Amino acid sequence: MSIDILMPALSPTMEEGALAKWHVKKGDTVKSGDVIAEIETDKATMEVEAVDEGVVEEILIPEGTEGVKVNSPIARLSGGDGVAAAPPPPAQAEQPEPTPASPPPAAAPTSSSPSGGGGPPPGPAGGRPEDKLRGGEGPAPTPAKPGARVFASPLARRLAERKGIDLSGLTGSGPHGRIVKADIDAAQPGARAPSPAPGAAPPHAPAAPRQVQTLEQMGIAPGSYDLIPLDGMRKTVARRMTDSFRDVPHFPLTVDLEIDRLLDARARINAALEKQGIKVSVNDLVIKAAAVALKQVPEANASYSPEGIAMHHHADVAMAVAIDGGLITPIIRAAETKGLAQIATEAKDLAERARTRKLKPEEFQGGTFSVSNLGMFGIRSFASIINEPQGAILSVGAGEKRPVVRGDQLAVATVMTVTLTCDHRVVDGAVGARWLQAFKVLIEDPVTMIV
Amino acid sequence: MATDFDVIIIGAGPGGYVTAIRAAQLGLKTAIVEREALGGVCLNWGCIPTKALLKSGEVFEQLGHLGDYGISVDKPAYDFGKVIERSRKVAAQLAAGVAFLMKKHKVEVIEGTAKLEKGAPAPKVVVALKAGGLRSVQAKNVILATGARARTIPAAGLEPDGDRIWTYREAMVPKACPKSLIVVGSGAIGIEFASFYRALGAQVTVVEALPRIVPVEDEEVSVAAKKAYEKRGMKFYVGANVKKLSKTRTGVSVQVEAGGKSETLEAEAAIVAVGISGNVENLGLEALGVKVDRSHVVIDEHCATGVPGLYAIGDVAGPPWLAHKASHEGVHCVEHIAGLKPSGLTAPIPGCTYANPQIASVGLTEAQAKEKGLDVKVGRFPFRVNGKAIAAGETEGFVKTVFDAATGALVGAHMIGAEVTEMIQGYALAITLEATEAELHATVYPHPTMSEAMHESALDAFGKVLHI
Repeated sequence: MSIDILMPALSPTMEEGALAKWHVKKGDTVKSGDVIAEIETDKATMEVEAVDEGVVEEILIPEGTEGVKVNSPIARLSGGDGVAAAPPPPAQAEQPEPTPASPPPAAAPTSSSPSGGGGPPPGPAGGRPEDKLRGGEGPAPTPAKPGARVFASPLARRLAERKGIDLSGLTGSGPHGRIVKADIDAAQPGARAPSPAPGAAPPHAPAAPRQVQTLEQMGIAPGSYDLIPLDGMRKTVARRMTDSFRDVPHFPLTVDLEIDRLLDARARINAALEKQGIKVSVNDLVIKAAAVALKQVPEANASYSPEGIAMHHHADVAMAVAIDGGLITPIIRAAETKGLAQIATEAKDLAERARTRKLKPEEFQGGTFSVSNLGMFGIRSFASIINEPQGAILSVGAGEKRPVVRGDQLAVATVMTVTLTCDHRVVDGAVGARWLQAFKVLIEDPVTMIV
Repeated sequence: MATDFDVIIIGAGPGGYVTAIRAAQLGLKTAIVEREALGGVCLNWGCIPTKALLKSGEVFEQLGHLGDYGISVDKPAYDFGKVIERSRKVAAQLAAGVAFLMKKHKVEVIEGTAKLEKGAPAPKVVVALKAGGLRSVQAKNVILATGARARTIPAAGLEPDGDRIWTYREAMVPKACPKSLIVVGSGAIGIEFASFYRALGAQVTVVEALPRIVPVEDEEVSVAAKKAYEKRGMKFYVGANVKKLSKTRTGVSVQVEAGGKSETLEAEAAIVAVGISGNVENLGLEALGVKVDRSHVVIDEHCATGVPGLYAIGDVAGPPWLAHKASHEGVHCVEHIAGLKPSGLTAPIPGCTYANPQIASVGLTEAQAKEKGLDVKVGRFPFRVNGKAIAAGETEGFVKTVFDAATGALVGAHMIGAEVTEMIQGYALAITLEATEAELHATVYPHPTMSEAMHESALDAFGKVLHI
C-alpha cells in the first residue's frame, strides 16, 4: 500500500514553503527517523524525517520548488502501512509548544521565553513538523542533582518541613553552603503570591509554595479536562521561570533591525559553504552577532550574585530549542571566537541532539546569554524571561517586509524586531541600550562581524 | 604609598596574637605591637595564672574533706609564696610559647607603645619603642587589639592603692594571704578571687550592687551559686552599694548601703572587681574620628571601625570581655581582610567562672529568651542524682537547658557544678549547629559521666527525664 508523504507545516500559520532538498531518491529504502528532505520557510530550514518504513516510490515535487502548499503530497512511499513521514499537522498547537525549527538552533532559552520554540529567523522558506514520534526517553534536564545530599542544620530541616520549603532549592549561607535557620527565614518572606525578592534574601529564594486554589475552586468543573501529570522537565521549567520572573527585576528594550543585507550575506555565505555541506541560518548569524556584541559591551555579559557581579570571560550563548514536552537551551561556548561555519555546525548538532534528548548536562547548563527565536511562528516581538543567572536574553521576532522611512520617503525593507530583556541588578538600561546599538550595527552591516 | 606590612596588630593578648598567627597563615606580612608582655592580660595577669591559683586553692580545700574519701593526712598546709610562684611560672611558660609562635609564623614583634596617625591606606602606626626612639610603620590594615583593664571608681575609693586595695592584678601577687578580704563585684573575676582566697582560709565578703551574684548568669544559677559559696563560708551583700572604700591603719573599711541601711565592713584587704574599661586612650583615636562608646570602639559585623583600614577586636571592641571572644573576632576579622568569606560572628560565646563550684553557660538565659518573646521549654537536672557525681563526691549543682518551644531549638544552657566549664562546649556546639531537642535526645552520652546530666536536662525539658 502506498502512502503519500505530505508537505509539513511548521506553524499553525504556515501555508506554503519551499522544498529545498531531497535526501532520498526513487527506489531508496527508508526507515523511521531517516532524514528524507529539507524544507525552508521564510524563517527556517528544517529537516523532514520518515515516520514509517518503506521504499520511495515516487518523488512528486522536485527539489528547489517554491510555494509548495502545506499538506500537498510531495512523495509517495510504498510498502509501509500506516502514515508516511508527514508530520502531524500543526493545529494541535495547544500542546506545550510547537517544536522549533530544525537545523538551526531554535531559540528560546530554556528558562526564558514565553513559549520556546525557536527557529532561525528569516530565511527562505520551510518549516518542519515536529517529530513527536520520539521524545519520551532521554534525560530531561533536571535542575538539582537528584539524590545529592543536602547539608542543612537540624533546625533548618525542621523549619523547612513545617513551612513546606524544598531544601534542595536553597543555597545555604553557612559553612560550605550549609543551610541554616537564617536561610529558611529569608526563604519564605510571605508564603503568598509573588513576593518581591527581599534584598537580603539569599540567592535562590526558594519558591515558597504558593497557596494556589484548586481548579475546581476557580470554577473549572471536574471531569471537564484531562490532567497530564507534571514530568521533570515541566516542573523544572515551572520552577525556574517562576523564580526568575518573581525574583529578577526584568525590563525589556526593543529595537527594529533591517536585515536585507544580512539575508544577502547569508545567501553568499551559504553559496561559499555549499561544498562543505554547511548551511548557515539567520539564527546562526544572530548568535554570532550577539557574541561579538557581548565582546564589545562586556558589561552585558555578566551575572548577578550576592558576592558580586561575575564578568564572564566568554560569550557562551544559549539557544532555546523546543522539544517534546518542554524546551532546553544548548550552548555555543565562546561563540565570539568561532566562525559562522562552526557555529552553524554546532548549532545544528546541538539542536538535533536536544530533540533526541541526547545532550550532556554541560551542554545545556551554564550559558552567559540566551537567544530565543519565535520568528518562525510569525511572532513580531516578545520579551523573554531571564534565564538565571544570565544578565540578559534576546528575543528574536519574525523578519518581514515593512514600510520604512528613508529620508522623507517611504521604502520597503525586511525588518526584524528584537527585544533584549535585562536583569536590572546587573544590566542597567544604558548598558542594555549600548549592547543593542552594537548588535544593530553588526546585523545591519554584517561585514562588521568579521572585524 | 608603599606599605611596610599588610597587617599591623596593636596588642598581643589572646585576640591580637591569635589574629597575627592567622594573618601570617593567610600569607599576609604581619607585625604585632606590644607595650608590655606577649600574651597580654589573659596569659600574664588573667585567665591562665588565676587558674593556677584556683587549682592550688582547690587542692588545698580538698584536703579538708579527705575523710570523705577515706583518706587522712596530718595538718595540711600551704606555702603562699610557692602558690604565687607556681602561678607566675605557668604564666611565664605560656608567654614564652607565644614568643615562639610569633617567631614560627614570622610575625614581627615590635616592642613599644603604639599611637595612630592619619595615613593611607590605613592609619599610620607610630611606636614609641621600649628600646628608645620612635618607629613609624605603614600597613594596609591596622587591627586594634589593645584589650581592657579593671574599671575603677576613684570617687568611691574603688581604685588600687598599691597596698591593700587591689585590682585583679595586685590580687594575683600579694606577699601574703590576707586573713580577711572584701571583694567588690561578683562577676567572674570577683567570684574567682573570692573562691581562691576562701579556699586558702580567708574570711571573704562579697559586695554586689545588683540584686544577685554572678548577675550575667541565669537567675537560678545565681541562687544556687550564692548558696554553694555561702556553704563554703563566704558572705554576700547583694543589692548593696559601696559608698566608700578606704584604707585604715590595719586594713580597709567599706561603707556599704543596702536596703536603706548603712553598714561598715572591715577587712585586711579589698579587691575591686567592678567591671572593665576598654584601653582606648592615648591611641590617637579622637584625631582619626574613631567612634568610641563608653570606653569601647564601635565596630561593624566584620570588626571594621569605619575609618579606612582600621579594625578593632576583643575587649577594646566591647563585651563580653572574654579571651575566646577576642580570638574568634580576630580570626574572623583577618580572614575578612584577606578576602575570605568567613561565617558571620553569630555563634554564641560561652562564659565560664572557675570558682568552686564552677559556673558555665552559653546562649540565652531563661529570662532573656522570654524577653525575646520566645515560648520556652526548660529542663533541669541536678548532679546529686548523677552516678558519677555521687561517686566523685561532687554532687553540687545542676544543668539547666532552655529550648524554644515553637521550634525545639536549644537556645541556652546553664550549668553549675564540678568541671562544668569542660562540658559547656557540648552545648555550644549544639547551638552553633542549630540542634534541636531531637539531636540532643538522640545523642549517646557515655556512662558514667557528669555529662549524662546534660542529656537528662534536655530530656526533662520535654517531659522525658529518666532518672528522677
